[in-house]
Amino acid sequence: MIYEGAREVEAAVRAVLGDVLGIDAARLAAFRDDSELFGALPELDSMAVAGLLTEMEDRLGITIDDDEVDGDIFETFGALVRFAQVKALG
Amino acid sequence: MTDPAHVEQIVRDGPAGRAAVVFVLPLFEEANRLRRTVRLAMRALAARGIASLLPDLPGQNESLLPTEAATLARWREALARHVRDEDAAVITAATRGGALIDDIDAAAHWRLAPASGASLLKTMMRTRIASDREYGRDTTIADLDRMAADAPLRLAGNLLSPTMIAELRSSESAPLDRCRTVALGAGGEDRLAGRPLWLQAEPGEDAALAEEIAGDIAQWMAACAIS
Repeated sequence: MIYEGAREVEAAVRAVLGDVLGIDAARLAAFRDDSELFGALPELDSMAVAGLLTEMEDRLGITIDDDEVDGDIFETFGALVRFAQVKALG
Repeated sequence: MTDPAHVEQIVRDGPAGRAAVVFVLPLFEEANRLRRTVRLAMRALAARGIASLLPDLPGQNESLLPTEAATLARWREALARHVRDEDAAVITAATRGGALIDDIDAAAHWRLAPASGASLLKTMMRTRIASDREYGRDTTIADLDRMAADAPLRLAGNLLSPTMIAELRSSESAPLDRCRTVALGAGGEDRLAGRPLWLQAEPGEDAALAEEIAGDIAQWMAACAIS
C-alpha cells in the first residue's frame, strides 16, 4: 500500500532512529526495509524504545497505545515504518 | 540562618556585574545528557563577554533536598529567586522541560526545543515499564497512574511525588513576551544545527551546538537591547 505522505513518514522514522539512538547519517541512510533493528542495533535496547515511541508520537502527531507495541514492530526498519504509516495515515 | 533546602550549587562563568544568562536544563535524566554541552555554551558566552549561571534547583543534581520533595512550582520559584538575586538584567535560556518552569519575571527568554510535560512523563513511564519487564513484572501505564495518585513513584531513577506527576501531566510551556524559541535542524531562521543529546543514552558533547547556542543567545540579547 502506498499512502500519500508515506515517504515523509519513512523519513521521520529514519530521523527519529538517528536522533534517539545517535546513529550517524551514513549508517542511517543504509537502512532498507529488511534491515534488522532489535537485536541487530546495540543502541536499541528496551530503554531506548521508550524514547523512540514518544518521539514518533510527537513528530508524527500520533498516539501509540502501549498494548499495540510488541517486539514485531522493532524487528525490521520496514516493519517500524509500516507501523508508523498506518498510525499516521490510516 | 539559611534554610538548608535553599543551599544549592551554582556554576558561574563570564564577567561579574553584567547582564547574565540563567540556564535552565532539561528535567530529570535529560539534564545529565545536556549538562556538558550547556557548560560549553557558558564558556562560549564568556568568550563573548557575556556572564551566565547554571543553578541547581531544589532536588536536582547536588541539592540536598530529596527528589520527591521537588515540584515544578518549587523549581519555578527557586529560578525566579536566582533571577531576582542578580544585580543586572537576566535572560532565561531553557531547553526541553526547562521551558515548563521559565515563566518568571526576566528581561527576556530563550527556549530550545521546548517539550510538554505529558510527553516527558510518558517517556519516563515507558522506561519504567521496560525496566519492570526485565524483572518479569508486567506493569501498564494505567497501573503507574494509579500508583502515582497517592504515593511517590520511581520513574527512570527519580522518585516523583503525586504533585510533580500531576503537574507534569498538565504542563505546557507558557506563552511569554520577549521570548525566542528555536529548534534543532538544518537551515532556517529558527533552527540550530546539532544533535538532540537529551534523547541519547550516550550523548557525549556537541561543541558546535554549544557554539550555536551561545551565538543565538548573544544575538537575541542584542535584539532585546540587554547588555
